[in-house]
Amino acid sequence: MKQSITLSKVTQLMGFGFLKPITVLFSGKPQKEDFINFLKKIVVPLLSIVLFIGLWQAGASALYNKEANYKIEKALADQGQLAADEMKACIASGEISCQPNTLPSPAQVWASFKTLIEDHKIISADKLAFKEKTAAMNEKRIAAGKDPITYTGRPSFVDQIVTSLKTVFAGFLLALLIAVPIGIVIGLSETLRSSFNWLIQIFKPVSPVVWLLLVFMIVKTLTKDSNSDSAFIISFISVGLCAMWATLVNTAMGVSSVDKDYINVAKVLKLGPMQKVFKVILPSSLPLIFTGLRITLSVAWMVLIAIELLAQSPGLGSFVWEEFQNGAIDSNSKIIVAMFIIGIIGFLLDRIMLTIQNMVSFNKNEGV
Amino acid sequence: METISTNTEAIVSENGIQFPSKVMLDLHNLKKVYPTPKGDYVVLEDLNLQIMKEEFITIIGHSGCGKTTMLSMIAGLNPISGGNIAVLGNPVKGPGPDRGVIFQSPSLMPWMTALENVLLGVNQVFPHASKKERKEIAKYYLHKVGLDGSFDKKAIALSQGMQQRVGIARAFAIKPKVLLLDEPFGMLDSLTRGELQDILIEIWNKEKITAVMITHDVDEAIFLADRVVMMTSGPKAKIGDILNIDFERPRTRKSVLEHNDYYEYRKHLIDFLEH
Repeated sequence: MKQSITLSKVTQLMGFGFLKPITVLFSGKPQKEDFINFLKKIVVPLLSIVLFIGLWQAGASALYNKEANYKIEKALADQGQLAADEMKACIASGEISCQPNTLPSPAQVWASFKTLIEDHKIISADKLAFKEKTAAMNEKRIAAGKDPITYTGRPSFVDQIVTSLKTVFAGFLLALLIAVPIGIVIGLSETLRSSFNWLIQIFKPVSPVVWLLLVFMIVKTLTKDSNSDSAFIISFISVGLCAMWATLVNTAMGVSSVDKDYINVAKVLKLGPMQKVFKVILPSSLPLIFTGLRITLSVAWMVLIAIELLAQSPGLGSFVWEEFQNGAIDSNSKIIVAMFIIGIIGFLLDRIMLTIQNMVSFNKNEGV
Repeated sequence: METISTNTEAIVSENGIQFPSKVMLDLHNLKKVYPTPKGDYVVLEDLNLQIMKEEFITIIGHSGCGKTTMLSMIAGLNPISGGNIAVLGNPVKGPGPDRGVIFQSPSLMPWMTALENVLLGVNQVFPHASKKERKEIAKYYLHKVGLDGSFDKKAIALSQGMQQRVGIARAFAIKPKVLLLDEPFGMLDSLTRGELQDILIEIWNKEKITAVMITHDVDEAIFLADRVVMMTSGPKAKIGDILNIDFERPRTRKSVLEHNDYYEYRKHLIDFLEH
């Protein structure tokens, strides 16, 4: 039963059902209900975004004024009327050195975003030039058995995002490889489940910071005499260990709560233990396993920022921390840009997992 | 393909006794006890029943009297507390494909297609047949239950009635010696129920395997059975009465309803149940 995959079906599957009114509106004859739907599902959400930005703008300018007044009053108290007037003029002129440092406005954040993109373009052009320049030399070095020369310049914002994504996927993969097999084994045996329950219950609520320190203790010793990138190793292992618990618990629960009817069928047919696990137990617990994996991925992304920040591992976390330490005039707006990027990527990762989950779970999709 | 021997050749059971009789299933002094905090609850006691080869037995009785318990004990899914159950003289020790079961809910694996569901059993019972042969067997039985166009439909996409058809195909396809049916049509509407009864009896006429079926429906019990077994109400349920149904086979619903004895049988069963 092959079904043609239509645009609306794909959006539905990806959880972008809210896009449906648009596709309806632009395909064929829209009805009155379609317009109402369009209003409800597109216009009202857009208004909410406008409201959000408006509130943000109002808040930012209120904070700006407060900070500016404070600066002027301080100049007045310390150095007299002349200094206060100078400060006032300086702030009004937009001079960078005397701008009040507070919550940036939406426009500032947007400008910073554009700056970061420009910055990325410059750096990647730089990188490309460097690569071309060193290509011939590197070939010789490799032929001579030496390490090639690599670009050691500052990473751009986009590079940081890519690094963070790599870390989160490595951590997620680690969580998957540890939690799913252990979850299956624990789920199959009542005895194992009750014996290991204490361990799961104790370690599940441990904070990411503590995991990082624990992993640091172990990895530091293990990588003493190798020159591998231990910051990356530490951060991805910590991410994996923090995030794997949801998958572990869900897999164990899924495996242990397989419908009794299916088990009876397996018994009557005398399926062997392997067949029972792979043909009956695993498929029937897949939906729960994927629910666990989805939670794991979103937890991994959430703790990643904090872990990168502490582990000094490159990525969005250290970007945020460096900008905060930097204290330049556009640092605050760069931090807000990072916040939005983190949020949007988290949302997209969740959607990807939801799509996969919908594809594998047998009780939601029919014949896809 | 293995065929069920229909002659009365002597079969030697595990304890060395010649077993020349036509008895397929022997329930002897069967007992089932469920321990409860207030003491043991005896569901079945001193239950004796012999079921012949190629016989179709229906079992009726009040809800909770232990019919399903008895059936799952025959299937080997529920441990026996006392007495014994023997299939062709061999005591039942656990579940096995010699006793096919059709459950009340279709119990298909929802992530598999209709064909895969039937193949799951066929692959297990005929491991030496070629892949093609096994597929042929599965397809044959799906064809028999009238699911020709639905081989590759996911079980979840089928209606309840169609799912139970797959359940019937799956049970027959493993060529069991005994077919155990636990109210297989209880969840269906009466129209679908009638269709499935016809399909069941048609395949059964062809395969002639021993069948034991629990039902709540008096008409269904009469239409399908050679003998209707009535169980007393629990606790300590046992066989209360057995009614022979002497209609000729193959039967049609019409001829059964028009038969002179039909209302006599019906009255007998209802009197028993209302007593």
